[in-house]
Amino acid sequence: MEKFIKHTGTGVPLRRSNVDTDQIIPAVYLKRVTRSGFEDGLFAAWRNDPDFVLNKEAFKKGTVLVAGADFGTGSSREHAVWALQNYGFKVVISSRFADIFRGNSLKGGLLTIILSQEEVEDLWSVIESAPDTAITVDLESRTVSYNSILLTFEIDDYTRWRLMEGLDDIGLTLKQTDSIDSFEKNREEYKPKTIPVLK
Amino acid sequence: MSKTLAQKIWDEHIVRRAEGEPDLLYIDLHLIHEVTSPQAFDGLRLNKRVVRRPDLTIATEDHNVPTLNIDKPIADPVSKLQVDTLRANCKEFGVRIHSLGDAEQGIVHVVGPQLGLTQPGMTIVCGDSHTSTHGAFGALAFGIGTSEVEHVLATQTLPLIPPKTMAINVEGSLKPGVTSKDIILAIIAKIGTGGGQGYVLEYRGSAIRALSMEARMTVCNMSIEAGARAGLIAPDEKTFEYIKDKPHAPKDFDAAVKYWSTLQSDSGAKFDVEINLDANELEPFVTWGTNPGQGLPLNSSVPNPADISDAEERGAAERALTYMGLTAGTPLKKIAIDTVFLGSCTNGRIEDLRSAAEILKGKKISSSLRMLVVPGSARVRLQAESEGLDKVFIDAGAEWRNAGCSMCLGMNPDQLAVGERSASTSNRNFEGRQGKGGRTHLVSPLVAAATALRGTLSSPADL
Repeated sequence: MEKFIKHTGTGVPLRRSNVDTDQIIPAVYLKRVTRSGFEDGLFAAWRNDPDFVLNKEAFKKGTVLVAGADFGTGSSREHAVWALQNYGFKVVISSRFADIFRGNSLKGGLLTIILSQEEVEDLWSVIESAPDTAITVDLESRTVSYNSILLTFEIDDYTRWRLMEGLDDIGLTLKQTDSIDSFEKNREEYKPKTIPVLK
Repeated sequence: MSKTLAQKIWDEHIVRRAEGEPDLLYIDLHLIHEVTSPQAFDGLRLNKRVVRRPDLTIATEDHNVPTLNIDKPIADPVSKLQVDTLRANCKEFGVRIHSLGDAEQGIVHVVGPQLGLTQPGMTIVCGDSHTSTHGAFGALAFGIGTSEVEHVLATQTLPLIPPKTMAINVEGSLKPGVTSKDIILAIIAKIGTGGGQGYVLEYRGSAIRALSMEARMTVCNMSIEAGARAGLIAPDEKTFEYIKDKPHAPKDFDAAVKYWSTLQSDSGAKFDVEINLDANELEPFVTWGTNPGQGLPLNSSVPNPADISDAEERGAAERALTYMGLTAGTPLKKIAIDTVFLGSCTNGRIEDLRSAAEILKGKKISSSLRMLVVPGSARVRLQAESEGLDKVFIDAGAEWRNAGCSMCLGMNPDQLAVGERSASTSNRNFEGRQGKGGRTHLVSPLVAAATALRGTLSSPADL
């Protein structure tokens, strides 16, 4: 995974709430067996609409998606994260994310940042009137800045460290193999366990 | 210290706890399917890793499989590639798979319980958000993304932060014609699609206890539609009875029951939030909009966005009405339906089929619509056929299909056309969910059957 320390880019205002993962990428686009190429399905239902924000010249190069509340609800498809990343987004800002989507994004290195709805609205106004506004997201100092505005956001220390180091979660857990072995060995007989399903 | 059920199960599965880090949680059962697993297996291969516990992993084909002509090769080449990839991955890594044509094939959340794999006190994950279904057995079960699928394959664990807990107390008894689907739709309308974010929901109270295991699964299934990753119901006699005699039931069943009986929230346990719902007042529910929180009792009319004070919600309602092609003030029962879909991991079990068949028996569906009946699993289909339910559906004019997710998400050929309107027993009424431009009203199996007969959204009481 690529390290995420600091990113500067322009914003894309997505003035919609409850953008579920079926909107981010409809199921018909989920049939690939790779992790790349999902950008063609990103917001597929809206991409034919010339008024849709991604079709506007001013926002075509944006890397920071600023979305309405409850972004990423619904299906657990990680393809939603891949579609945003494949398209070129590095950061998504919203006042509220669905749990599974947020987990997926932070595992895959797409930084999802929670700001207040008021801060999101201010950011929308600024990038709509001046699309070239540079937005800097600094994970080290946990800040988002643009023009003279400096906003702070919260992210737990562990996730921040993992993203800044670009560490693979699985590699980290495999270092704990001894703990897993001993958990399996010491589990009481009466505790639930899957009766082996081998043929 | 008093603990909630969710906390008890969590604590029993901590492999490692360290300050400032997520808990490393052991996973008892991992269910996989063709859509969210290929990239995970690919990741294992790239890093030369193996599946730690193939014996705790089971695969089935459900999301994109056809429900017609399943004895022939899958016509859609990309769906075929995904299914073939799953088969090859399972073979390479030693994972048991129930493929199309196998009697145990079906929607992953129908298959787990029917095999007795789903048991109280377990941690269960799957790369599918409706994994919350298994919570009906008192298992902590939740959907995960593909990176997490890979993580579980490699380590049989997941690093997770403990969730908050919410009690949802449903007291009273349901009126005739009101089902567990109406309970959960009413809960979502009450707390909103984000109301459960960060929580495990525990459904409690006399109305929940009175539900059958299958009806409880319907409730837990849609926890995710309220934003919660998991929903739970404490196990009881009904749970034990359901598991008994299933192929994977514990060998020492009495010892298991003894432990399962301890799996309840302690009387003094504190939930972070409590919500109350009166079952006596519930009516058959239907959604009018494009998220599952936009629902109302069937006797109501399409709401007027102008009456909604919250600007964000008003905007969402306006957009929803435009997409749905509805006018404020129209009685919901006047809405004409083009397609009725009976199936999915929410309502594709044998009891769902029985309850719909009872209404359709000896009658004909309206000539203005089509009805698809898609059993949740091949086993459910066989059971229904042994009871003659297939004949009831076919004689009524419905289509009797093979098992899979089908029109719930329209990944296979079962889709709505642009502008086509469905009454669907599934779980999501998102824009384009059942096909690009398709319009979805979520309903119970009873409302689906009554609607099929009358052609407009209806409850059995209207017949």
